[in-house]
Amino acid sequence: MTRERILEDLQEIFRALFDDKSIVIGEQTTARDIEDWDSLEHINLINMIERRFQIKFDMKDVVNFKNVGDMVSCLFHKLS
Amino acid sequence: MIDLLTPPFDPQKILENKRALKKQLLLQEGLLEKRVALLGGSTIGEIKSILELFLLSHGIKPIFFEGQYGLYYEELAFENPALAEFHPDVIYIHTTSRNIMEYPRPGMSAEEREALLQGTFSRWSEMWQSATTRYGCVVLQNNFDMLPYRIMGNMDAVHRNGRLRFLSDLNALIYDFQLKNPRFHVNDINYLSACYGLDQWHDAKNWYLFKYALTPGAIPVLCHSVAAIIKAVYGKNKKALALDLDNTLWGGVIGDEGAENIRLGMETPEGMAFLEFQQYIGAVSDTGVILGVCSKNEEENALSGLSHPTSALKREEFASFKANWEPKHLNLQAMAKELNIGLDSIVFADDNPAERQVVRGFLPQVETVPLSVPEEYIRALDRQAYFETVSLSEDDLNRNSAYRQNMCREASRALFKDYEDYLRSLKMICRVDRFHSGNLGRVTQLINKTNQFNLTTARLSEAEAALRAEDPSYIALCGALTDRFGDNGIVIVLGARVKGEEAEMELFLMSCRVFKRRLEDAMLDEMIRRLKQAGVKKLTGLYFPTGKNALVKDFYLEQGFTAVSKERFELDLRGDAAQKYDAMEIVRYDA
Repeated sequence: MTRERILEDLQEIFRALFDDKSIVIGEQTTARDIEDWDSLEHINLINMIERRFQIKFDMKDVVNFKNVGDMVSCLFHKLS
Repeated sequence: MIDLLTPPFDPQKILENKRALKKQLLLQEGLLEKRVALLGGSTIGEIKSILELFLLSHGIKPIFFEGQYGLYYEELAFENPALAEFHPDVIYIHTTSRNIMEYPRPGMSAEEREALLQGTFSRWSEMWQSATTRYGCVVLQNNFDMLPYRIMGNMDAVHRNGRLRFLSDLNALIYDFQLKNPRFHVNDINYLSACYGLDQWHDAKNWYLFKYALTPGAIPVLCHSVAAIIKAVYGKNKKALALDLDNTLWGGVIGDEGAENIRLGMETPEGMAFLEFQQYIGAVSDTGVILGVCSKNEEENALSGLSHPTSALKREEFASFKANWEPKHLNLQAMAKELNIGLDSIVFADDNPAERQVVRGFLPQVETVPLSVPEEYIRALDRQAYFETVSLSEDDLNRNSAYRQNMCREASRALFKDYEDYLRSLKMICRVDRFHSGNLGRVTQLINKTNQFNLTTARLSEAEAALRAEDPSYIALCGALTDRFGDNGIVIVLGARVKGEEAEMELFLMSCRVFKRRLEDAMLDEMIRRLKQAGVKKLTGLYFPTGKNALVKDFYLEQGFTAVSKERFELDLRGDAAQKYDAMEIVRYDA
């Protein structure tokens, strides 16, 4: 799976979780860019991503996520 | 009920749709507002939003107070002005075995271990005690889930210093606490976690990262169960189960195959599944759930199935019996009328999805059980928590025999030309009593679930009813009705607040089971008698329409009150205002 494809799937998850079809994310996107992305929704986001991609993040991955790009990298690594 | 909120759950879908679901649920009419304080020993966040959905689906609109992370003990055990100002109706404390601070060590002496157990328990019980007395509200907490590891392996459940044994003993103390404190309720997460699978329930990563003590995927299961207790406390349980027959209570179509060929009993796997389902339903009905038959069948064939030698359920266990070729929604409507309950109190179980669909289309207020294959019927019905029991009153245990007695009364009524003669023939005795600890359970239950004959539909928790029992300026009466066919138990409640020479009737409600017995007349007489003794000169009756209580909209006018507004009716007590009603003997328990 390419990084672009992963980003597209992530975008679908963001749109579903935040109930907003206009959300567009990029690798540089952070919690500051999306209004409802608070600590609570961050937990939901992580759990949704795990279920959608059928993977489990390691704890240290989650701790080190700084932006969407980090998530993409981690997923890219897990899926390849 | 919305499919997404019906077990088994898809946590992902619930999460994705929570905003839309909330919007949709908030559109319902007549939502009951309740103030719910949420305190936790771990992350609560998502529990709040999912619990809200389940409560809304039961018609309860929660207003939340969220405690600070992990500070449940400090917030409850000590004075807490913010919580006091919030005036909670319900306090829900979400904890897990993560919140147990200390476990016995393998070498601990029996005395030390006992002291640790009692010490751990009393820390919790003092907190609950403090919360119930300080806020006079319902307090709800879970028991404890088993741990994800076992220090001593199997022995951990056995040895007194085993951690699992410690948790089991602690849980037993918690159950005894509830039995002595009816305002306290246990949410059985020990069972929920077992059903979910302990290995899935305990999710170490989500704990270390986010302090979720259970896996986020289990949140719907947890919240569904918590909401079930709260809806039951506020009288929103279902009351009756209407059952199809062919392929629901037995295998096969009895009209085609004949009673001797249906599958029911120990001979076939299918027969065993149906038999166990019948036995399960029998046990549920013993808790006071009313049973009805709703089947497309010749009545004769339907009866032959229930008199089948292996049938666990017999004809007389069904308070209503509709076996005919009418559409099922019409039969359910007739059943509701016959049993004197609302359609929204009925659960309909039918193996045929087409029949369920028709019923859902015509009668959206009727719950339909998502039955699939017979071996899953029990679970499909059980997991819905339609009939969640929060207390088991004498009345619940006798309900089904009460309905049978009613059938006898109906039969005897046909013998009388004059209704008053009939009433006198019943030899009714009304036992009047004030509210006290011995009857508050039943009184509160009646207050919270009576819809039709209910003038104000004021709902009270047991704690609130207890306050009225103790208030010298409040006259709180309940009446139990006996006749020659049996005892109906407490079926009527009146409450009047006295202010000087005036009184206002806050509560006036009566069980549908005793309609048309003129019990309401007798009890109003009794109330007026007592008000006069207290020096009251004017009584105000209130009527608040709800959509379910149109039956009593003219009640006060019929009783000779004068309307002063749409909702207020006055009666001058200075004259001889009381009616004389003699078809019933009055016995005063509190005199």
